[in-house]
Amino acid sequence: MDASLLAPWEDPQAQPLIRFKNVTKSFGAFTAIDDLSLDIFEKEFFALLGPSGCGKTTMMRMLAGFEAPSSGVIELAGQDIAPVPPNQRAVNMMFQSYALFPHLSIWDNIAFGLKRDKMPKHDLQERVEAMLKLTRLEQFARRKPHQISGGQRQRVALARSLAKAPKLLLLDEPLGALDKKLRQDTQFELMDIQETTGTTFVIVTHDQEEAMTVASRVAVMDHGRIIQADTPDRIYETPNSVYVADFIGDVNIIQGQANPGEGEGYRLFWTEGQPPLIANSTKSFSAGQTCHLAIRPEKVTISAERPEEAANAVQGKVLDIAYLGNLSTYHVELPNGLVIKAQTANTRRISRRSFTWEDPVWLSWTATAGVLLAN
Amino acid sequence: MAVLDRHRGRVVGELMRRFFLIAIPYAWLLVLFLIPFVIVLKISLSDTELAIPPYTPTLDLSAGWAGIREFFAGLDLENFVWLTEDDLYWKAYLSSLWIATISTLLTLLLGYPIAYAMARSPEQWRATLMMLVILPFWTSFLIRVYAWMGILSQEGFLNQLLLWIGIIDSPLTILNTNSAVYIGIVYTYLPFMILPIYAALDRLDGSLIEAAEDLGCSRLMAFWLVTMPLSRPGVIAGSFLVFIPALGEFVIPSLLGGSGTLMIGKVLWEEFFSNRDWPVASAVAVVLLLILVIPIVLFQRNQQKQQEAEQ
Repeated sequence: MDASLLAPWEDPQAQPLIRFKNVTKSFGAFTAIDDLSLDIFEKEFFALLGPSGCGKTTMMRMLAGFEAPSSGVIELAGQDIAPVPPNQRAVNMMFQSYALFPHLSIWDNIAFGLKRDKMPKHDLQERVEAMLKLTRLEQFARRKPHQISGGQRQRVALARSLAKAPKLLLLDEPLGALDKKLRQDTQFELMDIQETTGTTFVIVTHDQEEAMTVASRVAVMDHGRIIQADTPDRIYETPNSVYVADFIGDVNIIQGQANPGEGEGYRLFWTEGQPPLIANSTKSFSAGQTCHLAIRPEKVTISAERPEEAANAVQGKVLDIAYLGNLSTYHVELPNGLVIKAQTANTRRISRRSFTWEDPVWLSWTATAGVLLAN
Repeated sequence: MAVLDRHRGRVVGELMRRFFLIAIPYAWLLVLFLIPFVIVLKISLSDTELAIPPYTPTLDLSAGWAGIREFFAGLDLENFVWLTEDDLYWKAYLSSLWIATISTLLTLLLGYPIAYAMARSPEQWRATLMMLVILPFWTSFLIRVYAWMGILSQEGFLNQLLLWIGIIDSPLTILNTNSAVYIGIVYTYLPFMILPIYAALDRLDGSLIEAAEDLGCSRLMAFWLVTMPLSRPGVIAGSFLVFIPALGEFVIPSLLGGSGTLMIGKVLWEEFFSNRDWPVASAVAVVLLLILVIPIVLFQRNQQKQQEAEQ
């Protein structure tokens, strides 16, 4: 397939479906969105990820039309949407609380938006049936929202917001009210539905796992700004800041002074009396510049002997072991007091585990395992 | 054996406890409603007499079985037949129903916007607004109705104000007309309309309105399709809370109404105290109660349905 179809954000010619241009939104003295620019493309599944109060919900409400930007422009398919009221936008929203109409049946909830468009009765019936089928709710059509389960309500909310075939579907913490198992199943369902309908989805979530699972691109937000917007794997493997590295998954941060070595390699002086760590970086650092090495626990190998070939090896002792079933995370304390997490897959039974508390161990990793970050 | 006894003792104790819990409301109902009602019903089946008490027969238990038989033989439906023969009564019933219905509608028209504004007001104001709605209850109802006489009379505050502004040339006659009765009922029962509607609107999730707008409704449409149906239980509850007492209202029509104001509460009062015809007055009361049973049952059903919907 053409690369620009899979990753339109890499194509400078591609026209975005949504464009935020220097958008600021303040509520009194509080700035919820701070001079933010962002492009979202057609058929994307875009996730806004961040802690509560980072401005992600405000962005969504501006797209839906419930808030107007204080300054800047939001374009939908090239048109400034500021003067368009929410009831005339080709945008639908799935609310965090689902906001199902309690006095209407599931069928009437889904038909609600279509009736407002004065859709002919026959087409309307067909459309509602199609939505019920898509979300596997056929046998609940006549029930009221309080007569079905939380997971079913979530699907009704999705069906209702998809019924009008919007250009853009906004999902505000759509899976927040579901328990973990149901949430995981629903994530895949959401992805299937997004693929089938070809609708552009923008999802707001504070759950990084959810964002990574469903989204084609993830924007990590903090204090009304987008810190990094990229594909899940790049957000995870090459975060652009300690904030992003720390927000997504587990990470070890080692602070030190960088010194250029051979080629793309840098030597990181991180503590007295220890050899410098070797790390490759595509970004350049000046000699002596303070920087951070971010390295994921699963990329750190734990062993009893010092590995011969390893670019980096440090010794420490096991402080804690977190047994997660499929994985074990070892917390290893280095001589300077720094605790490094190392993760191993439990391919063998736990009784045959090689290390236990207080054992002296070696941690090692390659020069390309981590990322050097300036801040 | 001792263990079994103790167990049995606990079961008996539990049964006793339950019995008392249920017995209290039933005892309340028996003493304060059922017994007085039976007495009124009995009087309504009696004949009037110049005596103390002013009706006959009275139960004479000292005469034994014959006395009881004589007592029951003296009861008849004569008074109820009388209610159908004199057109005063059914006219008064109809007029009461009419006035109560119109007053309820007026109270609803006035109360709904107030409740809506209260529910939409900033969180920190709501307690104060609620207080203002309830505040009139702190003064005696009778005093407030008398105050309205001062406001509505020929030389009252309202006429003075209108004359001063220049809207009217000569004072309006409001007091002692049906209009004054409507004003009095709407004023008195407005809080009973506002509070249940406010409770329903307050519970309404704001995101429902946003969802309606998101799906293509204008503000007005969203109000009509979402807010109105969801506040209906409150509207129904409020309407019954106004309609039921307004139907039997006696103080307001006798103080604010005129000689042309015909309400069954007033008729009842006159039968009792002016005519001293207790049996006919009791018959009027029994029929009034029967008329009220219908809306009360409907009201209860509404409340029950609402509770079920919330579960």
